Amino acid sequence: MNALNSINTSADAYFAAIMAEFEAVPAKKAMEFSRRGIFKLSAAAGAGLVIAFAWTPKAAEAAAAAKEFVPNSFVRVAPDGVITIICKGPEIGQGIKTAFPLIIAEELDAAWGDVKVEQALIMPDIYGRQSAGGSTSIPANWDQLRKAGGVARAMLVSAAAKQWNVKESELTTADSAVIHTASARKLKYGELAMKAAALPVPDPAKVPFKTRDQYKLLGKRYTGVENLEVVTGKPLFGIDVKLPGMLYAAYEKCPATGGKVVSANLDYIKTLPGVKDAFIIEGNGVVSEVMPGVAIVADSTWAAFRAKAALQIKWDESKASKDSWTKLSAQAHSIASKRGDTVIAQKGDVEGTFKGAAKTVEAFYSYPFVPHATLEPQNTTAWFKGDSLEMWIPSQTSDRAKTTVAKLLGLTEAQCTLHQTRAGGGFGRRLVNDPACEAAAIAQRVPNTPIKLTWTREDDMRHDFYRVGGFHNLRGALDAKGKLIGWSNHFITFSADGKTPVTGGNFPETEFPLQLIANAETTQTMLPLMTPCGAWRAPRSNGIAFAVQSFINELAVAAGRDHIEFFLEILGEPRHMPPQTIAALNTGRAAAVVKLAAEKAGWGRKMEPGRGLGFGFHFSHAGHMAEIAEVSVDANNKITVHKLTVAGDIGPIVNMSGAENQCEGAAVDGVSTMMNLMVNIENGRVVEGNFTEYPILRMKDAPQVDVHFIQSDNVPTGVGEPALPPAMPAIANAVFAASGRRLRSMPLRQAGFTT
Amino acid sequence: MATVTINGTVHDLSQIDPSTPLLWVLRDNLDLVGAKYGCGIAQCGACTVHLNGQPIRACSTPVGSIGGQTITTIEGLAQDGKLHPLQQAWIDNDVAQCGYCQAGQIMTAAALLKRKPKPTDAEIDDAMTGNLCRCGTYVRIRKAIHDAADKGGAA
Repeated sequence: MNALNSINTSADAYFAAIMAEFEAVPAKKAMEFSRRGIFKLSAAAGAGLVIAFAWTPKAAEAAAAAKEFVPNSFVRVAPDGVITIICKGPEIGQGIKTAFPLIIAEELDAAWGDVKVEQALIMPDIYGRQSAGGSTSIPANWDQLRKAGGVARAMLVSAAAKQWNVKESELTTADSAVIHTASARKLKYGELAMKAAALPVPDPAKVPFKTRDQYKLLGKRYTGVENLEVVTGKPLFGIDVKLPGMLYAAYEKCPATGGKVVSANLDYIKTLPGVKDAFIIEGNGVVSEVMPGVAIVADSTWAAFRAKAALQIKWDESKASKDSWTKLSAQAHSIASKRGDTVIAQKGDVEGTFKGAAKTVEAFYSYPFVPHATLEPQNTTAWFKGDSLEMWIPSQTSDRAKTTVAKLLGLTEAQCTLHQTRAGGGFGRRLVNDPACEAAAIAQRVPNTPIKLTWTREDDMRHDFYRVGGFHNLRGALDAKGKLIGWSNHFITFSADGKTPVTGGNFPETEFPLQLIANAETTQTMLPLMTPCGAWRAPRSNGIAFAVQSFINELAVAAGRDHIEFFLEILGEPRHMPPQTIAALNTGRAAAVVKLAAEKAGWGRKMEPGRGLGFGFHFSHAGHMAEIAEVSVDANNKITVHKLTVAGDIGPIVNMSGAENQCEGAAVDGVSTMMNLMVNIENGRVVEGNFTEYPILRMKDAPQVDVHFIQSDNVPTGVGEPALPPAMPAIANAVFAASGRRLRSMPLRQAGFTT
Repeated sequence: MATVTINGTVHDLSQIDPSTPLLWVLRDNLDLVGAKYGCGIAQCGACTVHLNGQPIRACSTPVGSIGGQTITTIEGLAQDGKLHPLQQAWIDNDVAQCGYCQAGQIMTAAALLKRKPKPTDAEIDDAMTGNLCRCGTYVRIRKAIHDAADKGGAA
């Protein structure tokens, strides 16, 4: 490993590359297909028809030379009728291990019951991108997966046409079979597999996609392909990996990010039961890779954890973080009413509009840092064999992990084999592969021994890439008719380098409602920060939506108007805003989901005292989402969120059960985050370490969730993230409707409210 | 500590430090990984197993304290090759997102149904309060428990 030259506690450059990848998805089409890009694996004995994609000639050669079936393709139709579909990307709870194969099966016209799903190895040469984030899995892979199914189907049809000596145009397909209706003949795909395998691959560009009205599978409800393994406790997750001769590792880093190890009681630690070795790792000082720390290798996880608790480490904190949330928060409050240091957006005559307004409103909103707290703590199993490395990782960016780890250990990517395991939650935490890098660094010190590194819950909560806290000083101007005519926001965020905002602390000039108001501005001030920040479910949107959509409710109240009527006026005529990609707001689609949510939630109905409805909208990750919360507040400040109605437009739905589940989960996450969640940072240390101090919502406080989709012919987009942001303002606005109390700081428990 | 019966098999655990939490014995020594590590302090319920039929947190139960007693884990819940009604209901209701907490949820629910074959929503909420789901699948968990109860899930 590279020597420790400097310490960098910011992962912003790392995230910038990931974000650029995600944001490129809506702008450009999925990879183009060509005859060179698609090929058929040479028919291995009995393997049947195998369709593979390759994006580089090198990969094509490697796969075409395969003498036996290897899972580096998307579709395999075996002579026995089993259709194996490979899931290229990681399953982190977002449901793509079911959704991806469904997309392929649809174009293939396979019977879902014939389909068996396998997880791909990390082979970006073969599969292209193998990551999960930014709610981009569906839009980024939609065309590629459909083509994989469609080309396979076309070849099976050709094989049947040849066998029966009929025209292909006379044939149809259904339920894994080719049918010739005129002669009432039918051949199962399995029966055609060997014949299809002998045919040339058609030009993918000439294989048409189905139209939506031809779908037989997509849009219905399917249960997860690994549900049986989940409910019977089979080893699925990274933390479940067990290999012969495996040892167990723990790793202790400085509680203040950026601290270095001076010394540790290693001699004592090595005497503890089960401990095989203990050593200092200098690391490369890159927070997204390996920071300095002490590794313990033991014969069980418990022995490693127990020894870790007995560590006495002298840290050099001279270059470490001294961040204090208390101080940063006070600083933000003190500058809130000023104009920000830089201008993000400036349109029309903002100050003139405010001077001439019939009414103005000003309010200050804030939200804290939060960790991801995936229920499966970070872990990786690494096996260093001198000139090669094999790893099992629960990662959202397994493809990047391969590149990073190879470089870290001075290996080529060809010397690294990576298995993607199921991940016990992602939420953006596993976009960073620091646990994999640490495991690789430890394994390098214990060669030829599989090492499973497991973080404790406290490690996981205190060494995260946090959702950055933020502050918005918002001002709005209304005319005599109560119309919104002026908007101003001083957004206070943080920066590690003094130049660019931390990950999740950026504010696009297209952010709602800047494009819709003639006189509008947003300015920004950045306070210095060393705490690592990252992508947390719907980055930036999860905070901005709370402030902006709550403030719009304040303006509607000040105008004496119904919130939804006021909101629809802001949206105005149906139009697709610049730059008119799927990443741009469409006010027509927005208005439609707002009206649908209002209808389904019974907006405007009379409520009993202490009970109210609140509305929130947000557009992110190409998803238009409107939500209405039904909340009651009692005399003891106990808040009950009875129900959340979610109305969304994310294009056509792949798996209705999966899509609804994501929205239900986002609603619960919204209540949890709004009511309860934050970490404090003092002296560079995250104070909270476990669920006693970080009270994730429990079942008794979970609302009913009612989900509705408008299915359109737009490109299908992801739903892991966009349903979360509107939940928070919907709850805050409902609390106001129920109690008259305006809450402008997350989480609400800070203001004395309980669930 | 002498022996512990786990899913019907008697295990001699005398070689293991009696202070070791049952969770790590199950996971690291016996390769029963259905019970999960989530918090280590009995706050999340991901490690829930049954001790003589009662739900306990394996992460906070020293293995030395359960000598001679009977443990059932998620791996031992299905009987005679037939899934427990809760397991089937979990599949049918497509409860899981990431799935990490679900074995613990099912074990807690199984103990509830033994005690209360037809629980109300409030009884379910009360019994399940020790089990966190970070993905927020609570609504489906509640429905799956009702479904299993309707199909005689106390079995």
